[in-house]
Amino acid sequence: MLDRILTGLFLLVILGAGGFYLLTIPQRLNAATLAEVPAGDAMKGERLFWAGGCASCHAPAKAEDDDLLKLGGGAPLETDFGTFHAPNISPHPVDGIGGWSFADFANAMQRGVDPAGRHLYPAFPYTSYVNMQLTDMVDLWAFLQGLPEVEGKAPSNELTFPFNLRRGVGLWKLAFLVDGKPAVDLPADAPEAAHDGQYLVEGPGHCGQCHTPRSFGGAGGLELTQWLAGAPNPEGEGRVPNITPSPSGIGGWSASDIAYYLESGFTPDFDSVGGAMVAVQENMARLPAEDREAIAAYLKAIPAIDRDAGTVEASPSD
Amino acid sequence: MLQSKLIVVTAGVVLSAATMVPAFAQNVEPIKARQALMEDNGDSAKAGGAMLKGEAPFDAAKVAAIFTEMHDVAMKFGDYFPEDSKTGNDTEAAPAIWEKPDEFEAALVKFQEDTQAAIDAAPQDMESFKQAFGMVTQNCKGCHEEFRIDKDK
Repeated sequence: MLDRILTGLFLLVILGAGGFYLLTIPQRLNAATLAEVPAGDAMKGERLFWAGGCASCHAPAKAEDDDLLKLGGGAPLETDFGTFHAPNISPHPVDGIGGWSFADFANAMQRGVDPAGRHLYPAFPYTSYVNMQLTDMVDLWAFLQGLPEVEGKAPSNELTFPFNLRRGVGLWKLAFLVDGKPAVDLPADAPEAAHDGQYLVEGPGHCGQCHTPRSFGGAGGLELTQWLAGAPNPEGEGRVPNITPSPSGIGGWSASDIAYYLESGFTPDFDSVGGAMVAVQENMARLPAEDREAIAAYLKAIPAIDRDAGTVEASPSD
Repeated sequence: MLQSKLIVVTAGVVLSAATMVPAFAQNVEPIKARQALMEDNGDSAKAGGAMLKGEAPFDAAKVAAIFTEMHDVAMKFGDYFPEDSKTGNDTEAAPAIWEKPDEFEAALVKFQEDTQAAIDAAPQDMESFKQAFGMVTQNCKGCHEEFRIDKDK
């Protein structure tokens, strides 16, 4: 009798492990499609580099000017899951991604898979980058390849159990890596600029990753019903603000107020940008003015969402 | 017998609770004072910003007042961060202020120096004002990046 039970249990474990393995096989982009993408333009790629915020994670802490182009790995990102260390993505052939092809890059950015088939943690915002056009991706790739080589691998992540089981990210992706669907539907009369802004915000800008709450206590995917309505700060105390056009968001700001903030770091009341947003704002300041205006148009066009009635106090400050 | 035991126990609990009160009550006065100082800075920055954006005419006297006000704040601000003022009154002061006091002090000193330099420069036209104002207002995000938490209130 015990024999039967043990055998049964043993088979269950094997089946479970086998099922887990199959479900978490890395999914890659279509190789033929990638092969057909013509070579990229590094000058166009620079705009996507700043819009995508690559330097903010992959360049050293407090880097300025040219040091922002030395992508040897960034400051530790301390979260509830443990500490992440963004890797060296300079074109160094051994310590960086100098040995990668465009297909390798595209699969990392849009499928969260590295050339060895390992899953990448979604602290790397591939669930946003998946919305980018391949033509933009190849331009960005051209730009990255022209940057200086940086020696030295970044440290490994220090994550708590069970988040340190990298293969498990495969299951997370099955649930939460959604392809090519817009986060929100813009109104029929939204200006062209708002659509351009949608691409920038929902794709390279990856704004939703901080400004939108997540399911499963912060470990799941983005709650699209609360798109850009604010969320707890993933790196510690406080909140990442509501940037929808509601009264508890930035409804009182005009589109030109928003564009000015992205350029200068000053709100309409001349309060100053702070915290993790400083790096983002400095990236936005490097974009062409029409990109900031497009982002502003988008933020005026998305659904206005107030914070949960239960937790908000009247906030007349806006 | 039981009654007197009860009295003793109750008295003990009340006394212990009373000694715990100071641990929970945060010192709100310095919090309010420093929040007011930052709001003064915001008002000055806003007045300067209006000139920058062309919404208000350049006024040398107003400019001097802006930089003087900001310098006053820079000189006083650091006095309002006692150990028992870390929470309360919706303070957005980040723990880093107490964890990295040398860095906080350095940021304050830079703000003091930059505002003094702006006062000394005494800009008399828009161009020189833009330069001075730009230099001074870099300090805002310079401090806020590390030392302020957003509570989105």
